[in-house]
Amino acid sequence: MNGRFKNEKQTLQGVHSRDIEHSAAETPRREKAQGLKPFLAAKSLILPAFLVLLWGFFSTEQFREIPILKGSVIVDKLSNPQILPPPWIVLKRWIAYASPLQPYDKTQGTYLQWLFSGELPIDLWSSLQRILTGFAIAIALAVPLGILMGANQSIYDFVNPSIQVLRPIPPIAWIPLAMLWFGLGDPPAYFLIFLGAFFPILINTIGGVRNVDSIYIRAAKNLGAKRIALFWRIILPAATPQILTGIRVGLGVAFICVIIAEMIAVQSGLGFRILEAREYSYTDKVIAGMFTIGLLGLALDYIITRLNGYLLRWHRTLDQAKN
Amino acid sequence: MEAQNPVIQISNLNKEFVSKQGFERVFALKAINLEVYQGEFVCLLGPSGCGKSTLLNVIAGFSEPTSGTLIANGKAISDPGPDRAMVFQEYALFPWMTVYKNVAFGLELAGKADPEIRATVNLWLQKLQLQDFRGRFPKDLSGGMRQRVAIARALAIDSPMLLMDEPFGALDALTRRNLQDELLRIWQELGKTILFVTHGIDESVYLATRVVVMTYRPGQIKKIVPIDLPRPRDPNSAEFNAFARQLRELVAEEQLARKSHEPKRP
Repeated sequence: MNGRFKNEKQTLQGVHSRDIEHSAAETPRREKAQGLKPFLAAKSLILPAFLVLLWGFFSTEQFREIPILKGSVIVDKLSNPQILPPPWIVLKRWIAYASPLQPYDKTQGTYLQWLFSGELPIDLWSSLQRILTGFAIAIALAVPLGILMGANQSIYDFVNPSIQVLRPIPPIAWIPLAMLWFGLGDPPAYFLIFLGAFFPILINTIGGVRNVDSIYIRAAKNLGAKRIALFWRIILPAATPQILTGIRVGLGVAFICVIIAEMIAVQSGLGFRILEAREYSYTDKVIAGMFTIGLLGLALDYIITRLNGYLLRWHRTLDQAKN
Repeated sequence: MEAQNPVIQISNLNKEFVSKQGFERVFALKAINLEVYQGEFVCLLGPSGCGKSTLLNVIAGFSEPTSGTLIANGKAISDPGPDRAMVFQEYALFPWMTVYKNVAFGLELAGKADPEIRATVNLWLQKLQLQDFRGRFPKDLSGGMRQRVAIARALAIDSPMLLMDEPFGALDALTRRNLQDELLRIWQELGKTILFVTHGIDESVYLATRVVVMTYRPGQIKKIVPIDLPRPRDPNSAEFNAFARQLRELVAEEQLARKSHEPKRP
């Protein structure tokens, strides 16, 4: 009996080491897929570099002098800096846009304050705080409501018809009302961002709560879980992946909404700035502003992906999707 | 052993389903009478669809019988509860909890104090050789390791009986044998009552003190075969094979019944 047991233990250790190897092989792959590394890899820079070169080429003398194209509409349009300013001009404008307007003056405040006193940092911050505020309100309302609707059929039946009618209305269609109700400035922007983010979060939260695998409920009841523990420790964590999906989709919509709101109802922010630049025919500034918007969107998505990765580190399909 | 009160007492139990079309009534379980005593290892054996898992689910409190009485630990069964710990074929570990947290969950629900929870969980992790995996999430474990965690979780709440629904069905042969041996070791050490659903004939002869063979639709008890082989049992011995042959014949009859019952495929 003793000998048999020893033997058995050895086989068991075999199983253990197989497990360790398995997970060790998994870790580097996960790291590779995460973070900013894919953006910084040389391979991924080839296409952007090529596009910038092409763009630069369209803006040169040489391009205009190509015999076949000479005098054509394309050359006429593309070589006009009002229509397509060359990349170096855009870069110059971008730097000017980001730089402080006044020279440094000790009496006006600290060096750091001065450093961020340019148009771009202020625009960036106005847009960002609008997204975050509207988005936070959307999460604060949509997640609890979605949980209630997912967990309780009569609440669902009571609220769902109204949701289904309001949901298809694009947030942009709310702009006239938003301005009538909230005037100009931040409040209508918060309202639009909230509207845009609210529905994706709500719908996914309802789905997440409803789709909890019944095996977890059964296992938890078997271990003695009653209503409250069942909700907080089983249903909510089981629904988290889908709730986070909703939050991610919602953030994307919120980002679109902030730019639109700023173009129409607000006098500051990145969306406002590119329309203003267009009015002065500063095409280079329009493009610089667009790049800023793109980079902000990328940064927000990066942050939310990292947050997802941390909150769902237990989640199997997330790993598989990354690989 | 026979003098004691049974841990599980099932009398005249029926469970009916109404078929999807709504016309046909299917007896999943019919006239089940079974008594299981303290310390027994009872295997429920039969072809798939014979109602053996249904019977286990009724005992666990997940589904209600149509009629009949069902007493476990001296009480009539109405709800699922921690006095009938269950191990599922699909493991049913909570993927958002670490191995440690999974095992601790039932103890936390029972309102145990932290030091006691820690001691109990550590004990079971050690007994099932899981101590190096305490901080892992279930997704990082192999099937066999997951089922170890599920067994540790069921044992940690110290239920007098263990209900196991084809727990080793999804595992490879080597891992299955390891876990069978481990389960037997724990069973012998603790004297728990185990009710074990399987469709594996060799598995039931290897593990059980009694094998309950069930019929295919309606699910009735066809025969109860006591396995009085000494342990550790040798699956290659003549006695073992005699039992296996007897059970195989019993199950084969039901398999035939099942084939004739199923609609013919074009």
